[in-house]
Amino acid sequence: MKPSEALTIAWEAILKNKVRSFLTMLGIIIGVSAVIIMVAISAGTEATISEQITSLGSNLVFIQGAMTRGGPGQVPQGGLVYDDAGAVETGVDGVTAVVVEQNSSETVKYGDVTLDDVEILGTTVGFPSVRDMEISDGRYFNEQENERKSKVAVLGYSLAQGLFGDTNPIGQYIKVGNTKLAVIGVFKEKGLVGNTDFDSRLYLPIQVVFQKFTPSMFARFMGDSVRMIYVEVDPEANLDNIITQIELLLVKRHDVTLDTADFSVTTQQDIIATQESTTAAFRSLLAWVAGVSLIVGGIGIMNIMLVSVTERTREIGIRQSIGATPNDIRLQFLTEALLLSIIGGVIGVLVGVGGAYIFGSLSDMRTVISISSIVLAFGSSAIVGAFFGYYPANQASKLDPIEALRYE
Amino acid sequence: MSVSHTIIKTVDITKVYGMGDISVSALRGINIQIQQGEFVAIMGPSGSGKSTLMHILGCLSQPTSGQYFLDGVDVSHLNKVQLAAVRNQKIGFIFQAYNLLARTTALQNVTLPLLYNRVSPGTKEEGLEKARTMLELVGLGTRMNHQPHELSGGQQQRVAIARALVNNPVMVIADEPTGNLDTRSGTEIMNLLHQLHERGTTIVMVTHDSKTAIHTQRTINLIDGMVDNITHNGMHFSRPAEEAQHEAL
Repeated sequence: MKPSEALTIAWEAILKNKVRSFLTMLGIIIGVSAVIIMVAISAGTEATISEQITSLGSNLVFIQGAMTRGGPGQVPQGGLVYDDAGAVETGVDGVTAVVVEQNSSETVKYGDVTLDDVEILGTTVGFPSVRDMEISDGRYFNEQENERKSKVAVLGYSLAQGLFGDTNPIGQYIKVGNTKLAVIGVFKEKGLVGNTDFDSRLYLPIQVVFQKFTPSMFARFMGDSVRMIYVEVDPEANLDNIITQIELLLVKRHDVTLDTADFSVTTQQDIIATQESTTAAFRSLLAWVAGVSLIVGGIGIMNIMLVSVTERTREIGIRQSIGATPNDIRLQFLTEALLLSIIGGVIGVLVGVGGAYIFGSLSDMRTVISISSIVLAFGSSAIVGAFFGYYPANQASKLDPIEALRYE
Repeated sequence: MSVSHTIIKTVDITKVYGMGDISVSALRGINIQIQQGEFVAIMGPSGSGKSTLMHILGCLSQPTSGQYFLDGVDVSHLNKVQLAAVRNQKIGFIFQAYNLLARTTALQNVTLPLLYNRVSPGTKEEGLEKARTMLELVGLGTRMNHQPHELSGGQQQRVAIARALVNNPVMVIADEPTGNLDTRSGTEIMNLLHQLHERGTTIVMVTHDSKTAIHTQRTINLIDGMVDNITHNGMHFSRPAEEAQHEAL
């Protein structure tokens, strides 16, 4: 029997049992579309996250303070201090801007509204440009206000909403802990970036934070401790070189070695890479889950093909009596299983692509349909068909013609 | 047909089912010859081994011992694939239950053996033409595109006969061809077999019905797995089957 004839016979057999054929294919359809939709969702999430990371500002180097291990009774040595930032800005080539951050949290009051545990971010004038934040109302504080410890505040979008509602916050006074501050600006909505909610925070000149919210008895000797220093570098500059310069400078300033450093230097790239490996793991998990449903679909095909072989025992006997060899019979049933899974695969691709598109446009989640997931899902549906179709086809080919002809 | 040519020759064919203590001998040394162009009946009561013999003659199974020469070739030791080819090339089957593929037109049923023909595959068009010729030969020229359930039993059997002939076999094996038919349709089918016989087709018919068997040239009577006697053309039986069975007991 020629393959083309096997194909014709298989196609006719599928058409003769449309409902059953469709139900058989359903497992494959669901499996293939699940692979495509799930990969599309995770790829979409991944794309969103990496865009958000980029929107933190490009060409950033992060210097993070780390507590050194002090013995019992010893004073904990806080890694980074405010003056480190100035030293980096002036002492390292290729640095275009430096922003310092120190956090705290306080109760914030305006009129009747009291918000507990509001995150306070003390920072410097470079913050909006380096962290890619825009002011929507009023203005950001300037260098003088920071140096003079002026009692001014800039609100995140949702914080402003929470405190003031429809009232214009500019020029109003809020009470942060025991300190009264004047609102001079509100940021535009930024959303969640990674785990950080930029909109719910209160932004203050870092000197105000040092004085009022994180007073340290050691500041007199060591300088004011800060959590993080953001260093914006020249895009043309050699990043590795800049990192080395920063490390050498800080090691010298802190009187430590690189092994005992009380700070760490990371880049945007490091964070993206970490994020990507997390989402890639997430994506492959989803793909495996979807792959399992493909295998379940394949078992469905095997099940139906076994039933079909039993049901068509007499047909097999007739074909054998007129000269079909075991190979002819095997080819016929294998072709049928393959054709079922390939048609199921094609429908699954259409459903998957359509589903991912509709899902992406109806929900907040973004979907990115990847060609590789289509190829993978479709290819594995064909392999599943061949794999699970072989056993029933082989059973059919082994039937004894006399027994098969007697079968009622 | 200038020189008569032996189509079937069996030498001491036996068939044993099962093994050891529970084995049953279905055939116990069958020696028969059938010439080209003959119309022969194989008759016997149930349990006589006629079905077993038919399966061996039809290359659907193989003898336990002995030799079977079909068209001059020893086929008693061929493998499954070779047997399938022999069935396809040299044998046409007509079954009691017609055994047509359901939901498949008469024309497609008749072309089926051509699908498995490796020796002279021919084109699809040639095959359809051949099948049409065969259906016209059996008088179904107007029903080619009907499916089995749209045809009467007699018509279905005609389709089966056309299918049996489409690969130009050296012989046709008919297993109770009129067993499922009413008398009128049965007579029509027998007349059709006679016509084919007159055109030179070798026909071996298996039956338990002596009224059907007398339409043939020769009847080979089987009892208990052995040839009991052979009666000739048009003659009535020296020993009817029932009587022979009683004697055997």
